[in-house]
Amino acid sequence: MISLTVNGTEHSVDADPDTPLLYVLRGDLGLDGAKFGCGLGQCGACTVLVDDRPAFSCLTPIAALDGRKIRTIEGLGTPDRPGALPAAFEAEQAAQCGYCIAGMIMRAQALLERNVRPTEAELRRHLAPNLCRCGTHMRILRAVRRAAAAMGGEVQESAR
Amino acid sequence: MPAVPPPAATSFDRATVLRGEELAHLGACRTCHTVRGGRPFAGGRALRTPFGTIFATNITPDPVTGIGRWSPDAFKRAMREGVSRDGHFLYPAFPYDHFARVTDDDLAALYAFLMSRTPVTARAQDNRLDWPFGYRPLLAAWNLLYLQKDTADGADRGRSLAEGLAHCGACHTPRNRWGAEMGGHAYDGAWTEGWYAPPLNARSPAVQPWTADELFTYLRTGLGTTHAAAAGPMAGVARELALAPEADVRALAVYFARLMADAPAAKGHGATRDAQGDADRMHPEGATLFAGACAACHEAGAPMMQQGRPPLAWSTPLHADAPHNTLRVIVQGLAPAPSRGGPSMPAFGNDFTGRQLAEIAAYLRTRYTDLPAWPNLEQIAAEVRRERRE
Repeated sequence: MISLTVNGTEHSVDADPDTPLLYVLRGDLGLDGAKFGCGLGQCGACTVLVDDRPAFSCLTPIAALDGRKIRTIEGLGTPDRPGALPAAFEAEQAAQCGYCIAGMIMRAQALLERNVRPTEAELRRHLAPNLCRCGTHMRILRAVRRAAAAMGGEVQESAR
Repeated sequence: MPAVPPPAATSFDRATVLRGEELAHLGACRTCHTVRGGRPFAGGRALRTPFGTIFATNITPDPVTGIGRWSPDAFKRAMREGVSRDGHFLYPAFPYDHFARVTDDDLAALYAFLMSRTPVTARAQDNRLDWPFGYRPLLAAWNLLYLQKDTADGADRGRSLAEGLAHCGACHTPRNRWGAEMGGHAYDGAWTEGWYAPPLNARSPAVQPWTADELFTYLRTGLGTTHAAAAGPMAGVARELALAPEADVRALAVYFARLMADAPAAKGHGATRDAQGDADRMHPEGATLFAGACAACHEAGAPMMQQGRPPLAWSTPLHADAPHNTLRVIVQGLAPAPSRGGPSMPAFGNDFTGRQLAEIAAYLRTRYTDLPAWPNLEQIAAEVRRERRE
């Protein structure tokens, strides 16, 4: 049995230690916000936070996670009381098919928690590992800017 | 030297400018003179040296913060003698000891190219150097001791380029305590900004031979299909060489293949190994982490391996004396340049703790090499992870 702390709750999981976290989240814990995209750490649909930093859960074996803090999109609020980022994504209608969105939000969450006043260049560089194949990037960026403002910060113009 | 009115971009002959552009790629000028995400050649990038941090200068033709008021002669003197237009000494982090060997025509073309760029106003930060290296006149002594003005033998194009504009030794040749390349140890391998630039001579630790064709492909694409992907500072160099004249890159490849002709791999002594059983037994935690995080791409039969990527048993970093390159690639991953293809690997610095990274590295070393275990792995892994986390 491996013990995992997800969104503040401790779970005992009966799975092989090399099982990717994503499978455990979706299959064992019923947290299906994080998505399986490529399984190769190339798309970011599975992004969650490990110790407040973004990680691809499809390539993070649960053996690495003993005693560490895991957070998923489900930890950012509920449909009725969404957190700043989910609310901003909804307000900006940033999802088209929506498959990448949970990963986008979690990666953005890591940035805004550390720095609520990033520059536009920092924001874009930070989100670069996550892909969106519908092409809603401009809306996603608007949503993160809106969330930064809602969190008392601002995405700043980049110096050229 | 006197300041001159900035020459008009249109005053240069187009063919000369284009030639200069190719040469600038060959010299990989922008890898140092551009900050990440910044305007090309506008400087500002921090270079960590054993003497402190040096900030690359703005070499766009901005008249105030760049080189807009530099005459061709001032440019030539800076390139060959390491003296700025206003007479102050430049630090040899700028490899003028190599550029001393660049021909007059090539310098004129580089000048034409740089002076016809869009000027960018950007002042580099002040260098942060340890005492007494902030005192530039000391460099007069350095130049007397280490700056050689002999021109390279032009008959061997590859050698002339390597010793001149391409300045390969700046990273691959170890330096003495005063930061000068050690003549008797050309291309023996050296440390650059926390990365180990491997030997390019008979000491090459490569498992598979570096042929001229393999080197050419590596230098142009950043991927050696029987070695490894270019990483660290070399990734940027390969991006530049992709745009340099093909014949020149081939000449470099031919030259270095010859220098490595006496390396163990070239003589068939390179060993390929996969001691999975031993590694699983000795490093069970590393084996588990590898199975969950790495195997989906790196294990035999994985989709990536079917695209002709090098198996880890051929990886040069795993066969180096120090674990830094291996750990850095795991922590930072590999990212192809925007709009270009190339090897891509996710960054694992957030997934694993320093101890876990050390377990993985120890597992890789045991499984794929017959070399002794790396010492101080956990400490080095923790440092590498701290330095460059997302």
